Amino acid sequence: MKTIVSATATRIRDIEAAGSKEAAEYNQRQNKVKPAKSFTAFDKRDSALVLAHLMFAFAALLAGGIAGLLQGLVRGGMVTLPAGIGYYQLLTAHGVLMALIFTTYFIMGFIYGGLARTLGGKLLASSRALGWGGFAVMSLGTVLGTIMILLNKATVLYTFYAPLKADKLFYIALVLIVVGSWISGAGMIQNYVYWKRTHKGQTSPLFAFMGIVTMALWLIATLGVAVEVLFQLLPWSLGWTKTVNVMLSRTLFWYFGHPLVYFWLLPAYMCWYVCIPKIIGGRLFSDALARLSFLLFLLFSIPVGFHHQLMEPGISPFWKYLQVVLTFLVVIPSLMTAFSLFATFELAGRARGGTGLFGWLKKLPWKDARFFAPFMGMLIFIPAGAGGLINASNQMNAVVHNTLWVTGHFHLTVASSVALTFFGITYWLIPAVTGRRLTPRLHKWGIIQTLVWAFGMFIMSGAMHLVGLFGAPRRTAYTTYGDSAEGLSWLPYQAAMAIGGIIVFIGILILIGIIIGLFRAPRGEEEFPIAEPEPDALPVPRYLERWSVWIGIAVVLILVAYTIPVMDMLQTDSPGARGYVTW
Amino acid sequence: MHIHKLEKIWLAIGIAMLALFLTVLGISTFAFGMAPPGGHHAIDPEKAQETAPFNSLGLKKLGDNSYEAVMLAFAFGYEPQTIEVPVGAKVKFTLTSTDVVHGFAIPRTNVNVMVIPGEVSHVTHTFDEPGEYLILCNEYCGIGHEIMQAKIVVKG
Repeated sequence: MKTIVSATATRIRDIEAAGSKEAAEYNQRQNKVKPAKSFTAFDKRDSALVLAHLMFAFAALLAGGIAGLLQGLVRGGMVTLPAGIGYYQLLTAHGVLMALIFTTYFIMGFIYGGLARTLGGKLLASSRALGWGGFAVMSLGTVLGTIMILLNKATVLYTFYAPLKADKLFYIALVLIVVGSWISGAGMIQNYVYWKRTHKGQTSPLFAFMGIVTMALWLIATLGVAVEVLFQLLPWSLGWTKTVNVMLSRTLFWYFGHPLVYFWLLPAYMCWYVCIPKIIGGRLFSDALARLSFLLFLLFSIPVGFHHQLMEPGISPFWKYLQVVLTFLVVIPSLMTAFSLFATFELAGRARGGTGLFGWLKKLPWKDARFFAPFMGMLIFIPAGAGGLINASNQMNAVVHNTLWVTGHFHLTVASSVALTFFGITYWLIPAVTGRRLTPRLHKWGIIQTLVWAFGMFIMSGAMHLVGLFGAPRRTAYTTYGDSAEGLSWLPYQAAMAIGGIIVFIGILILIGIIIGLFRAPRGEEEFPIAEPEPDALPVPRYLERWSVWIGIAVVLILVAYTIPVMDMLQTDSPGARGYVTW
Repeated sequence: MHIHKLEKIWLAIGIAMLALFLTVLGISTFAFGMAPPGGHHAIDPEKAQETAPFNSLGLKKLGDNSYEAVMLAFAFGYEPQTIEVPVGAKVKFTLTSTDVVHGFAIPRTNVNVMVIPGEVSHVTHTFDEPGEYLILCNEYCGIGHEIMQAKIVVKG
């Protein structure tokens, strides 16, 4: 590792010492590139767009958190719900509000903010308008969907597996949420295309590129769920069709469901690759490799939905295995990401004077909540990712499929790695758009929040992983299975899950307190951190931005992985299933 | 594109391990017959009870200590509710659902398969340990999901 360091360390130290203004001039001299107009503050109209998304996201987080807390207490055998509220109703609310609403709103706000920051200082007026249009349509869908869940007309969980049949308004709500996200995505792509057109021959800013890959992934993935809802579930709930092809609907759902998790993860990676190096006083490790890893995620996160359906009939072992192989190829960009992050840390730590094999670790800004929260997220991603490999391991999936192990897994990935990164982003993004400063006191609370969250998740997810290995099912209300030996033996773990859940909920309350604190913080400037490449970095190869090629490869992989099994499902002899309301 | 030497080594080791792992997984799936559970024949879920083999539920002897258990899953139970087999019995479960999607899992074993209306699922297990085994539904199927269970008694 030392070899990477020697050349650049002194340079970084010089730059750090000289201060950021001189550093910018230094870069300019070194790169001989005309600098973008330096960014000072957000346009008020862009601030409003970003802030609206973040506030909606955190309202969903709080509501989803309350549902999660109650669920944990019920499953832990600590409370019974007052008449009228169902466990599975809470579970539906928790899943929809957390996995679909909190994440999507936060991601839209974050990417729009980053596009304003990196593509010329403010958004195009038309892109901003599309952003608001998307926000309005998604919000209409969210409110409608939430009402249907609260009315107990859509207790179908966030996966809404047919032939459980929700009210038609619930499916209309889903359509609105997806179409709204497309409108927002169109605004982002328009802004990016405009920048490319007005900056002929230049490489796009890395953040903007990554944001567009994330949205491309989202647009391709949501086609599956859109087809499922528009052509299968909605006509069926309206009574236009009598039955539904269950295997096809599940396959369309998981064609969307797995890239969905990468839609959560890639924005966290944007923070890790682009924002964190700046926060710790380092530089981009490699702009080109970062782009390549994002493109590989785009390719290998879509044609892989069958690894959620390994225990199902109706798909032959060959196609399951093929998609398992494609699933595992994300290991390659994941390894690239891990290398790049820790190389950035070491370079920055050494530039700050860290010596010896691990001395650089001590030099990292541990008291900076903007760094500490995402760093804990990265650390948690190591076991979380390893768990994911187990889940996708073809026949070995039988050990964990639909057990609490899986619930534990995604509370480490999305609810810890991604969520902690999003919280870390919030600590600077809210002040950056409101013209305030993240104070030392709020930094301290940010670190406390991170520790509380990580500790609570460790207890909750740990218990879920363990009891899942023993076979305890996920998505199941409190039960002892008629006092069976197994059912009784799982109760202590379920109590531990509830205790972990209480701690995590305290974490949500601390977070809400921090957000209120951010709005009352002193006026000032907080930067939207964007790392620069090394002064001697090689130019980024042009083929990394040749969209037709990359999208083309993605489409080919999807067709290879899905065409034959889907044809097979379409030609089934079964007349399909009629709908049931079993709740 | 420049890739640092250490990163090349890191990636090479990672990719080699990945290739080895996927090969092992593939060989055990296709050569050792350890494919994930499944099945591939369609059925009309509303007529399942009149369609063979589900018109005659329960245990059928296939050979020497080898059985087929034909079972239905529905909201919120299984039919038959209890199955008895001798220790060492190899049991092939044949399942379908008459309504929504259900799960079929037996904790302490690797039996874990989805039961989907319109499809017939198969999963096989050899019960080497005597005792009572809980069968449970591990896919949300409605308000009574948490009580959906059955039992296998393996007699020593």
